[in-house]
Amino acid sequence: MISLAGRDILHHWAKYVFTGVGLGLLIGVTLSMAGIYRGMVDDAQVLLRSSGADIWAVQQETLGPYAEPSNLRDDAYRAILGIPGVAEASNVTYLTMQIRQGERDVRVMAVGFEPGRPGEPPFLVAGRRIARSHYEVVADVRTGFRLGERVRIRRHEYEVVGLTRRMVSSSGDPMVFLPLKDAQEAQFLKDNDAIVNERARTASNPALNRPGVPGLLDAILASQTASRSVNAVLVRVASGHEAEQVAENIRRWKHLEAYTRAQMEEILVAKLIETSARQIATFLVILAIVSAAIVSFIIYTMTLGKLRELAVLKLIGTPNRTIAAMILQQSLGLGLIGFVIGKTVATLWAPYFPKYVLLLPGDAVRGLAATIVVCAIASLLAIRVALKVDPATAIGG
Amino acid sequence: MDVPAIEVRGLSKRYGEGEAGVDALKGVDMRIAPGEVVGLIGPSGSGKSTLLKCLGAVIEPTGGYMALGGRTVFDGGWKIRDLRSLRRDNIGFVFQAPYLIPFLDVTDNVALLPMLAGKSNREARRQAAELLEALDVGHRAKAAPSELSGGEQQRVAIARALVNRPPVVLADEPTAPLDSERALNVMRILNRMAEQYRTAIIVVTHDEKIIPTFRRLYRIRDGRTFEEAGEGRAT
Ligand SMILES: Nc1ncnc2c1ncn2[C@@H]1O[C@H](COP(=O)(O)OP(=O)(O)O)[C@@H](O)[C@H]1O
Ligand SMILES: [Mg+2]
Repeated sequence: MISLAGRDILHHWAKYVFTGVGLGLLIGVTLSMAGIYRGMVDDAQVLLRSSGADIWAVQQETLGPYAEPSNLRDDAYRAILGIPGVAEASNVTYLTMQIRQGERDVRVMAVGFEPGRPGEPPFLVAGRRIARSHYEVVADVRTGFRLGERVRIRRHEYEVVGLTRRMVSSSGDPMVFLPLKDAQEAQFLKDNDAIVNERARTASNPALNRPGVPGLLDAILASQTASRSVNAVLVRVASGHEAEQVAENIRRWKHLEAYTRAQMEEILVAKLIETSARQIATFLVILAIVSAAIVSFIIYTMTLGKLRELAVLKLIGTPNRTIAAMILQQSLGLGLIGFVIGKTVATLWAPYFPKYVLLLPGDAVRGLAATIVVCAIASLLAIRVALKVDPATAIGG
Repeated sequence: MDVPAIEVRGLSKRYGEGEAGVDALKGVDMRIAPGEVVGLIGPSGSGKSTLLKCLGAVIEPTGGYMALGGRTVFDGGWKIRDLRSLRRDNIGFVFQAPYLIPFLDVTDNVALLPMLAGKSNREARRQAAELLEALDVGHRAKAAPSELSGGEQQRVAIARALVNRPPVVLADEPTAPLDSERALNVMRILNRMAEQYRTAIIVVTHDEKIIPTFRRLYRIRDGRTFEEAGEGRAT
């Protein structure tokens, strides 16, 4: 037996290819949507893994530092170091900001870290680590910065000395790493006018500007301009200790919130990304319905265009199951053409997305399965029409 | 006469119900021997197509008796379950328009029938090629139906009707779209095939050009058949 579906597809190949391309673009969008979601989850996991921390100590009653703002005094880490099981503890700051690069603004997450401690970028794809304690940065390649380039962050110019890869915040902004002191200044320091104003106000306060106590005013001014806050303390747990146990001790004794990596992942993936996940899921459902409608419509109209041939096929003894199989195969064939095109375009255009798109083979398999189911359902209407064709109409009046 | 290829007694067909019903056939009697080619003539609306559809097991008669090759097919009701297989194995159809399957080439249009009957693709194509050769369209075997002339298409349709060697072929105005010479050529082919394969062929027609070729005719009037002798002129 020859494949009636295959012959019909070859005969109408242009129609199939054009419809297949349309369907393929839809499937490509669908796969990309799934890839964007996977990319967000993966970004979050990379973010947590690359920080090198086992525990995040943050301001009480916050989900900081990624999901909510958190502020700690920058000496809190010393107290944490005293807790049994803590191998290392270091201050970090996170600040989302715009950096001007020539004509364009780059939105980045500026990470302040202490070189050689948790929070430092784990690997570089180019350049070197930060060696001086000021005015050097390591940037993610997604920022578009080049080695040796000078970028302005707030009041100072920084030199890009190293590049990392896949270091993005939970909202997809590429990271720029800079020394903690610089970062604190960028985040907490007031601008020059504010400082001048405040100095004038402080100096005009007779309680603070006492003629009999030299040096008092200077000490007060210094403390006002110093930046003493950080957003989180990253903790590395010594081997042989349970992260959850250490976190519990931090919570109990230090009046801080502490999250283990599992809890942090839960916050990032389940809470922060959840809305996006629901948004994407809604999109996927709509795309599936649209695809089904397209396939159904095409297969249905093509079947209507073949009523005479179907009557002849029935008259000469073609069984119903052969006719149903023919239409089902055409529908699946269309789906397959669409899927191949969709997978191809999704792979081709993935690198051009501003956010990381992670195309998992498992998602492709699920997409293929969904395509097959959608196409099978879409063929039902056409099959119904085809089976109702009366062979007597082939003979005519 | 030995076992008739087609035997019909008192066959009736009523379209619709009650007052609005139309009695298209009111008692048709026919007996056609294997290898015989008979004409079925009558004015428009006299029931020719209806009779052909009943004989082809495409619509259900209302009453009467019908046998193909001595096997009872209808006797007040269908006596055979799988009408599609019955059609596939016993009846060839030729229509006024050829109605070839546009997405199959000429060979496969013909070979499809033996394939449906379970023959291998090779064997089916061999049978198709043989018949196409006999009908002088062998040289168009790989062409698409749309590339053929009307006469060529009709010959392919005849090959399709004959390829399973059915004992009965039903042709509804097969020469209508053809000019006189081609129409006579189709009749020549049908007569040759009938003789060669012992096929009983009924040709519905009101084509004056071919009526003289029949040796025997059934004239249908007011839902009843009347047998007539034809001229039986050589084609
Ligand atoms: N499907 C149908 N439903 C109702 N009446 C029909 C149908 N087909 C044919 N008829 C009627 O039956 C009669 C015979 O029709 P038909 O067999 O087509 O005649 P012919 O082929 O000789 O022109 C006509 O009166 C026609 O109107
Ligand atoms: Mg008619």
